[in-house]
Amino acid sequence: MIHFVLLISRQGKVRLTKWYSPYSQKERSKVIRELSGMILTRGPKLCNFVEWRGFKVVYKRYASLYFCMCINQDDNELEILEVIHHFVEILDRYFGSVCELDLIFSFQKAYYMLDEILIAGELQESSKKTVARLVSAQDSLVEAAKEEANSISNIIAQATK
Amino acid sequence: MNPFSSGTRLRDMIRAIRACKTAAEERAVVRKECASIRAAVSDNENDYRHRNLAKLMFIHMLGYPTHFGQMECLKLIAAPGFPEKRIGYLGLMLLLDERQEVLMLVTNSLKQDLNHTNQYIVGLALCALGNISSAEMARDLAPEVERLLQFRDPNVRKKAALCSIRIIKKVPDLAENFVNPVASLLKEKHHGVLLTAIQLCADLCMISEEALEYFRKKCTEGLVKVLKDAVNSPYAPEYDISGISDPFLQIRLLRILRILGHGDADASDLMNDILAQVATKTESNKNAGNAILYECVETIMSIEDSGGLRVLAINILGRFLSNRDNNIRYVALNMLMKAISIDGQAVQRHRATILECVKDSDASIRKRALELVSLLVNESNVKPLTKELIDYLEVSDNDFKGDLTVKICSIVEKLSPEKIWYIDQMLKVLCEAGNYVKDEVWHALIVVITNASNLHGYTVRALYRAIQTSGDQEAVVRVAIWCIGEYGDLLVNNIGMLDLEEPMTVTENDVVDAIEVASKRHASDLTTRSMCLVALLKLSSRFPSCSQRIKDIVTQFKGSHLLELQQRSLEFDSIIEKHQNLRSALVERMPVLDEATYSGRRAGSLPAVASTSQGNPLQLPNGVPKTVDAPLLDLLDLSADEPAPPTSSSANFLQDLLGDDILSSSSQSGRIQTQKSGTDVLLDLLSTGSPPAQNGSFTADILSISEDNNNKTTVNALNGLSSPVVTSAQRSHTSPVMDLLDGFGPNPTLPNNGPTFPPLVAFENSSLSLIFKFSKQPGSPQITQIEASFTNKSSEVYTDFIFQAAVPKFLQLHLEPASSNTLPGNGNGSITQKLRVTNNQHGKKSLVMRIRISYKLNNKDMLEEGQISNFPRDL
Repeated sequence: MIHFVLLISRQGKVRLTKWYSPYSQKERSKVIRELSGMILTRGPKLCNFVEWRGFKVVYKRYASLYFCMCINQDDNELEILEVIHHFVEILDRYFGSVCELDLIFSFQKAYYMLDEILIAGELQESSKKTVARLVSAQDSLVEAAKEEANSISNIIAQATK
Repeated sequence: MNPFSSGTRLRDMIRAIRACKTAAEERAVVRKECASIRAAVSDNENDYRHRNLAKLMFIHMLGYPTHFGQMECLKLIAAPGFPEKRIGYLGLMLLLDERQEVLMLVTNSLKQDLNHTNQYIVGLALCALGNISSAEMARDLAPEVERLLQFRDPNVRKKAALCSIRIIKKVPDLAENFVNPVASLLKEKHHGVLLTAIQLCADLCMISEEALEYFRKKCTEGLVKVLKDAVNSPYAPEYDISGISDPFLQIRLLRILRILGHGDADASDLMNDILAQVATKTESNKNAGNAILYECVETIMSIEDSGGLRVLAINILGRFLSNRDNNIRYVALNMLMKAISIDGQAVQRHRATILECVKDSDASIRKRALELVSLLVNESNVKPLTKELIDYLEVSDNDFKGDLTVKICSIVEKLSPEKIWYIDQMLKVLCEAGNYVKDEVWHALIVVITNASNLHGYTVRALYRAIQTSGDQEAVVRVAIWCIGEYGDLLVNNIGMLDLEEPMTVTENDVVDAIEVASKRHASDLTTRSMCLVALLKLSSRFPSCSQRIKDIVTQFKGSHLLELQQRSLEFDSIIEKHQNLRSALVERMPVLDEATYSGRRAGSLPAVASTSQGNPLQLPNGVPKTVDAPLLDLLDLSADEPAPPTSSSANFLQDLLGDDILSSSSQSGRIQTQKSGTDVLLDLLSTGSPPAQNGSFTADILSISEDNNNKTTVNALNGLSSPVVTSAQRSHTSPVMDLLDGFGPNPTLPNNGPTFPPLVAFENSSLSLIFKFSKQPGSPQITQIEASFTNKSSEVYTDFIFQAAVPKFLQLHLEPASSNTLPGNGNGSITQKLRVTNNQHGKKSLVMRIRISYKLNNKDMLEEGQISNFPRDL
């Protein structure tokens, strides 16, 4: 089971956090501080796993961002690397060659996608296409609602003229 | 509408925050935004609610408090439209966690949304429930989720399956409801549904043995077939990862097969073929393939024995171990640890490679490898392996030395073939990394040294050489100082030479030099310096010719800022100067420390106080000199076999060198005992590491030894001991009496202790009886001292004996540690334990107490409980 997902920039800024196990706010910031200290300082050639408080944290660096997932001792670390890559590819497909700025300004979108990939710390969908389809279907629902609201307010505006 | 609260757009806020140059600027921007959002919240404004929540989420991610937005989430979730709900649920998952009360308020909205006609809204609700559900919510909403497992859209079914995982983890009782629906999901073709159903199935098997049996019977064959299809499926771009069709699905299938096959030969048989196929056919040049192989190896190791498959698995691990990719090597080491119990021989073959991994530049790999090495060590390879590790210790990173020394020490301790080898290896470790070892390590070494009487000379000479070269390693310095103090004469006279030693010439002055250097070294801490002082005192007796020089060195510490050193310096100075006659007896060689007891105590199995305060050295006729052969060694026998109560007539207590861990508790008990009867307090010379402030008040002036009649006996009584310093706590009310030298009864109630109360039988059944004896301090009528003594009339021994007591609020209860936790049978011997009860309503209410006694009888847990309300009035 994945206990939490963290996206940390090289400067140590948090770009996304998702907690599947209960951590209080205070613990959360402590965890983030501890892990960014451990992970950001590791050299590029080293393995992608760090042992931490009896758990394992699997991380992978993509450009300026570190994607970290915390798992149990007996989980499959190599698979988690694939899960991270899966997530990154889906982000990439959605934003069209994703960069850190996309994740800053459209952070909700990144969460929406993560919610289509993981629930309760377990993988939900192995098809990138399906995830993309589900997210865009929901996006268009939002767009439709917006347009409707606009047209209503236009009608009201015209009526009150 | 409030024109000010509409605020900036989300994008603009993020820009503004990013443009901040300093943290203070950022805080100011955030504060402003938060203020306008709060204003909007209190105006209950609708139009910008979802924008505000998005902003709050961003602010939350930066680490600022956002609790005031929690209710906004609930409002958005309750709104009818999809956009509001979408952002509302996201906020709910982000800003809240399952422990917040607010969460309960959302249960109703969730229930409605789970029944919504729009499948995306159902999906949102399932996702939120799966991520943050509490136990209560899980219970309330389980029926809805169960129903959704059969929803028409597969994307909802898969979400419901994962949501069920959360539910059964929170409320395991609900597991059985999910067994049947899952069994039908396992037959589906949709990968998302399969993935999640298999995961749910695995979690059900963990929780319920029945579910495991059910799935094993009904689904093993089907799952094997699904795996076969997955492995042999033609290229499918949707699920393909570097040439492998849906590795996620394959990994999950392997995992569930592992659970089903574990401990069941029939089920294991069914999966043999496909496992062999996965293990041989999977490409291992990409991470995805290796992830599958890794999972496959683990499954092969866990299911019932099939020799051929195991060989295959071990070979895969061997390949992994020689891989250039660090990740692969890491998981190989991880897996070998599990394999070691199955096929130790096969793992031993990789020993050389594993040893190389200990020296890897990657900390994660080093740590794994070190764990593995310590599992690999056995009698036959301990010497070469230890040598390798110690050699590596010289060049390893400083932050790895701590872990490494712990492992080396435990290996050496556990498997050392002979004492001399043990001592040699430990010396090497201490010389290399003496600053990184834990205190227990060098304590244990000293215990071993005292036990190896034929090696005393050899050891002390080796240590003397070691501190010349490695004087900067604290631990080696301490051990050396202790040994030189004890065996300095062997060092100078080259006694006990072994054949392999080079003779060396060391004069008495050289030895004193060495200690002096150590005591004045800048880096030496209090413990080391105290040990130096003790060693000097010992040497002053061993080397009479250096006595004056030693006295000068000791005197220099009279001005120390550290109370402990100052005090010792004064005491030792006076011993050297005025008490020549008893000095040699005082600092005689330590008796052999009992290894078994020491290791037992390290394991924490002995109650600390029981081990420090027993023996009755003071039950001697007044004024009768005691000779050296008195059986006082008992004092140092720290085992708590005989149930000598800590409050027995000897209120002396000892602290010894190795008792660092018990110092605080023993000095506490000392305080109480001293208050009661004002007895002498013995401090072993070697306890110099103890915190001085705690017992400073009792370690009264040694300078008055000769004037005090009573103390003389005490000193005499100690002649048999090697090296205690006697200090006495002089209490006015005991000065003429000092009855303790005649040995008064086990409960020294002094006559002026106020009113007396009859003892009370607090508890009695056919075998066990508990008697309370009461006493009060004059002047504090609220406080009652109770001495509880337990007697066992049955023929069996009670072990792990624990007494607990509880009192109502108007009383305060303080329990001292018990004298022992073993109660011998047939009434011969008892456990005593002191209680102190303070009655805040003294005179109005009398004592009541509820008690509970637990113990083990022939390894069976027993429990007695009772209430005591017949305490004498006026307590």
